[in-house]
Amino acid sequence: MDASLDLLLNAVISGLLLGGFYAAVSIGVAISFGMLDIVNIAHPGFILLGSYVAYFANTVLGMDPILAAVIALPAFYALGALVYQIYYIAFERRQDQSLGGLSFFFGLLFITEVGLVLIFGVDYRLVQARYIGPSLNLGWVELPLRLFVPFLVSMVMVVGLQLFLSRSFLGRAIEAVAQDQLALRLMAANPTRIKRVAFGLSFATAAIAGAILIIIQPVEPSIGREYIGRVFAICVLGGLGSFSGMVIAAVTLGVVESLTATFFGPSWAPAVSFGVLLVTLAVRPSGILGR
Amino acid sequence: MTPLLQISGLGKRFGGFTALQAIDLDVQEGERLGLIGPNGSGKSTLVNCICGTLRHDLGSVRFGGKPLDGLAAHQRTRGGLARSFQLPRPFGTLSLAENLRIPILYAVNARGEGGLAGPAIDARCRDLLAEVGLADKAHRLPRDLTQIEMRKLELARAMAAQPKLLFADEVMAGLSHAEIDEIIALLFRLNGQGVTVIMIEHIMRAVMQFSQRLAVLVAGRKIADGKPADVVRDAEVVRAYLGE
Amino acid sequence: MGSVPFALALVCVAAALFAVGRWLNISYAFFAAYVVVQYIVLGTAWNILGGYTGYVNFGITAFFALGAYSSVVLYKLVPSLPLPIMMVVGGIVAGLVGLGTGYLTLRLRGVFFSIATLALAVVVQTLITNWDFVGGARGAYVLRPRVAPLIGGDYIQYLFLLMLGLCVIALTTARAIEHSALGYGFAAIRDDEGAAEASGVPTLRLKLIATVLSGGFMGMAGAPLPYYVTYLDPSSGFSLNYAVNAIAMPLIGGTSSWLGPVVGAVLVGGLQEYIRVTISSAVNVLVAGVLLVVFVVLAPEGIVGLFRRRRR
Ligand SMILES: Nc1ncnc2c1ncn2[C@@H]1O[C@H](COP(=O)(O)OP(=O)(O)OP(=O)(O)O)[C@@H](O)[C@H]1O
Ligand SMILES: [Mg+2]
Repeated sequence: MDASLDLLLNAVISGLLLGGFYAAVSIGVAISFGMLDIVNIAHPGFILLGSYVAYFANTVLGMDPILAAVIALPAFYALGALVYQIYYIAFERRQDQSLGGLSFFFGLLFITEVGLVLIFGVDYRLVQARYIGPSLNLGWVELPLRLFVPFLVSMVMVVGLQLFLSRSFLGRAIEAVAQDQLALRLMAANPTRIKRVAFGLSFATAAIAGAILIIIQPVEPSIGREYIGRVFAICVLGGLGSFSGMVIAAVTLGVVESLTATFFGPSWAPAVSFGVLLVTLAVRPSGILGR
Repeated sequence: MTPLLQISGLGKRFGGFTALQAIDLDVQEGERLGLIGPNGSGKSTLVNCICGTLRHDLGSVRFGGKPLDGLAAHQRTRGGLARSFQLPRPFGTLSLAENLRIPILYAVNARGEGGLAGPAIDARCRDLLAEVGLADKAHRLPRDLTQIEMRKLELARAMAAQPKLLFADEVMAGLSHAEIDEIIALLFRLNGQGVTVIMIEHIMRAVMQFSQRLAVLVAGRKIADGKPADVVRDAEVVRAYLGE
Repeated sequence: MGSVPFALALVCVAAALFAVGRWLNISYAFFAAYVVVQYIVLGTAWNILGGYTGYVNFGITAFFALGAYSSVVLYKLVPSLPLPIMMVVGGIVAGLVGLGTGYLTLRLRGVFFSIATLALAVVVQTLITNWDFVGGARGAYVLRPRVAPLIGGDYIQYLFLLMLGLCVIALTTARAIEHSALGYGFAAIRDDEGAAEASGVPTLRLKLIATVLSGGFMGMAGAPLPYYVTYLDPSSGFSLNYAVNAIAMPLIGGTSSWLGPVVGAVLVGGLQEYIRVTISSAVNVLVAGVLLVVFVVLAPEGIVGLFRRRRR
């Protein structure tokens, strides 16, 4: 087979896998920003917190990073509920979401990053697991397990959350909050409580996303920032609040970035998301699936 | 004479819901028009489409003979349209006097002729607040006002833009009998100075007393338009208001 | 007080500060004071957009670094170019980038502008990192002259004087805006954009003016940076510290007036310098972030706002 075609094919495959992982990174923001209208720009910072939890459990306790993330889920959920409570009291209730709320999350992003630097330093850290290294060889394509396992975990999480939102009572209440708060209040449900649950969930996804991030690549505290543009590009491109649109957007961005990295060099990849974001905002702010 | 405001075939949808459908309406310069209709019939939406707060989907709006389509809201305000918001939207960090300063600086002064400066602006703000009975609160913030006072502020802010055509969207809701009479007198005075007024109101006493002509919206359609006394006797209007 | 007397008063304060510095003649004092004054400019620039119109710019590092790297480019092309001209060029470049970003995103809800500026910081960094002419990821060296032109003495004195001058211009501009029609228009946008439009305010144009002014001042503040650090690489030029400080200082000081960023910069900048010397430089960067969160949650009007409320 032609060498450049081979290169292209492998770039597309790894882009698809990467995109699947981006879905896990973005789903928290799809919930907080897309459904609750809370612009949690600190989410990538919390994902890094998840990475370091996995790192700590892996190096100190020898635990599998994904298992560590699952164990950490309740703690992340609780932290998210706490952050929402502060946000609610300080901003949502005072109707000051934009200036104060945005700055609040920006401050949290910075504190998380510097906190991680103070504890773990600025060196790159990585984890050990059996599936890091080997590849599945399917004839002319290679599926590195290091990308494939995160892809699977991410898809399980996205599908699980989608089922939860569409099937369970609480999930439907969350969707209702996203649509119309007043109607919900008339139904005698408490929107604040439901938003707290939803935000806790969005926060909990950061534990899983963080663990699979550190499986895919070594991390240092400031790489969270790279993900801000990416995550919001994905959510905006996907149309806010729509999981299926978000997954399509994540995979698209993954493929475009992977092609960019293959043909122009990896140092250009971060610019892709910004381009996508700007073009989407300028041309089609309602996203690819939007009306 | 060409009408001051010409609306033809105007349509507006929100998603799958049709809020306004094929509205035709002409308003002559100097006229006093009452616009009535049940809750949710599209009156405020019509104001929003004419003033540029919302974009309409179909039809056209002409003001003073010129098409408004594609003009931003601020250009329409500068062109002589002004409206009060039914749900008051004051500038929360500015005092009442400063709230009125905004349209003076940006609508009146932007027209070029007869702009105001310095002390003249302050005096004008005071006068306007006095007209709606808020003179003693000129230096308060909007959050110190009651909902009813905020409506008066809305009206004063619309008047501050010195419009040719003023939309008063339910500025009298909740007012006492005497206050309603004051506002009606105020709108009559404005009209006497040549301002065309479209009054949107559920208080029939005010509408009947004020309007020379009455238009009725029901479920996004105009079902009647004519002399107030005739319109309120119209079988369709009665049915729309009282049910079958 | 009119704008001219205000500017003169500021010039007097600045001259007095500079004279004290000359008399003390401690190089360290100039280096430390330069940083504080630079943050007054950055905070004021941020506040023109963020505090006055309510649009949050997170891309401070992009604008700041654009100014800094404009100087690097000019330094490589025309090494003899006077620094004030470099500052003007840096301001124009950053202002134009602000105009472009604003034009694309300012029609949308404010959060989209904020997100776009966050992404802008990453993309400008990517561009610079890939641009070999300015040193790419390796960074660039700039030779700092030993002696200051015009005034004599150490070159840092010249840098400090320029930054002080820029600070006077920025503060005068900010205060002039507050008392002008522009300031009322900005406030109307911050409070309710739809109502502002209905009152005749051309909101898009005003937001673009604010973005250009804000970005331009950030660029100008960044222009002398290569001479201050003498070695500039992307990771230091785009350090998140600049962004956090530039946002934290106005919010801590108070966003409603020009005085807020000054109070914030002097307090936080001074505190940071104190912690850097006495405790550690890692803790010192945490200070701004923690104070930022504490203030936006507990005292959203900032220090100036707290004093005003007490006086009422
Ligand atoms: N921005 C919007 N998005 C979706 N639907 C809207 C929007 N604005 C208005 N509507 C709907 O359009 C319809 C007409 O609303 P509108 O406010 O124009 O009615 P109205 O005649 O002014 O009623 P009222 O007398 O209660 O003020 C209503 O059903 C309303 O729910
Ligand atoms: Mg209405």
